[in-house]
Amino acid sequence: MPTPATTDEARARLRRALSLRRGPGQVGAAVLLGLLGFAVAIQLTDATDVLSRASRADLVQILGGLDTRTDQLEAELRRLEQTRSELQAGAGDSEAALAEARARLDTFGILAGTEAAEGPGVSVRVADPQGSVRAVAVLGAVQELRDAGAEAIQIRGGPDRVVRVVASTPFADLPSGGVSVGDVALSPPYLLEAIGDPDTLQTALGIPGGAVASITAGGGAVDVRQADRLLVDALHELTEPTYARPAPPADGG
Amino acid sequence: MIPVLGLVAGIVLGIVLDVTVPSSVQPYLPIAVVAAMDALLGALRATLEGVFDDRVFVVSFVSNVLLAMLIVFVGDLLGVGTQLTTAVVVVLGIRIFTNAASIRRLLLGA
Repeated sequence: MPTPATTDEARARLRRALSLRRGPGQVGAAVLLGLLGFAVAIQLTDATDVLSRASRADLVQILGGLDTRTDQLEAELRRLEQTRSELQAGAGDSEAALAEARARLDTFGILAGTEAAEGPGVSVRVADPQGSVRAVAVLGAVQELRDAGAEAIQIRGGPDRVVRVVASTPFADLPSGGVSVGDVALSPPYLLEAIGDPDTLQTALGIPGGAVASITAGGGAVDVRQADRLLVDALHELTEPTYARPAPPADGG
Repeated sequence: MIPVLGLVAGIVLGIVLDVTVPSSVQPYLPIAVVAAMDALLGALRATLEGVFDDRVFVVSFVSNVLLAMLIVFVGDLLGVGTQLTTAVVVVLGIRIFTNAASIRRLLLGA
């Protein structure tokens, strides 16, 4: 060092250097310092990108960690997708089961007479000018219709008197004349409406010695008409069975 | 005073302009900054000792920066870039501390 500096000298020199006086070569130094500041600033603003400044070893380690994490996440993804597909399949199954149950409910409702039914069939008008048509004759006609495959039957006899005929519907003669069907007193003419194959039903009623023949022989008059669309909308009131209970299936399946 | 203004202006420009460092320069910029800081402290010490010479400062500044970047560049080519970067930073860091200690002694006498 050519100049052994003292503290006072050094401070004086610093003060001089920091003064606004334009010293020799200060512009060049200013340019270089400007470059330095510029570099520091952009390096600092760029420092958010950690990866670009990480060493190769660090990058390898980070990459390994990411691979492990990716594997974990992919495994979780597969697990969740499997769960989702299981849930979707389960939902589809239960929907199908529900639709099937509804269809069966409709079927049973029609069979049990608790649901209105419509479809092609025949309407049988039984006139009784001599008061000679008994319950047996009406029941005979109903049996013929059932044998011919009628799926829903109702009997109309008088204003607002209509009875859905189901398996347990009783037929009885009334002392005053007329017929009681399902504990409803009907008066002639009776109108039987049956849903089924119209041709088959009409043929079944018309066989020699059958229902129509016996009613006619007894003094009644029968008029059978086919219909493309009948509405059987009388409903049967279900009663809870007192003694009968559903039996368990005979075998496991 | 003018160099200090230049430094401030450079920092402000670097912040305002939002320049993205090119990836080819990326590994060398920190080393260049450290080398420049070393030259800067050397210049400050020389100023306090009354031996500051602007030509010497410019040459030492530029050569320091270029040499540091060159060493790291060669190290990258040889596959020891990380180690050489560390070596350069250590050497420059020692020089910076030495210069800083001298400046402290000059200004504070301790």
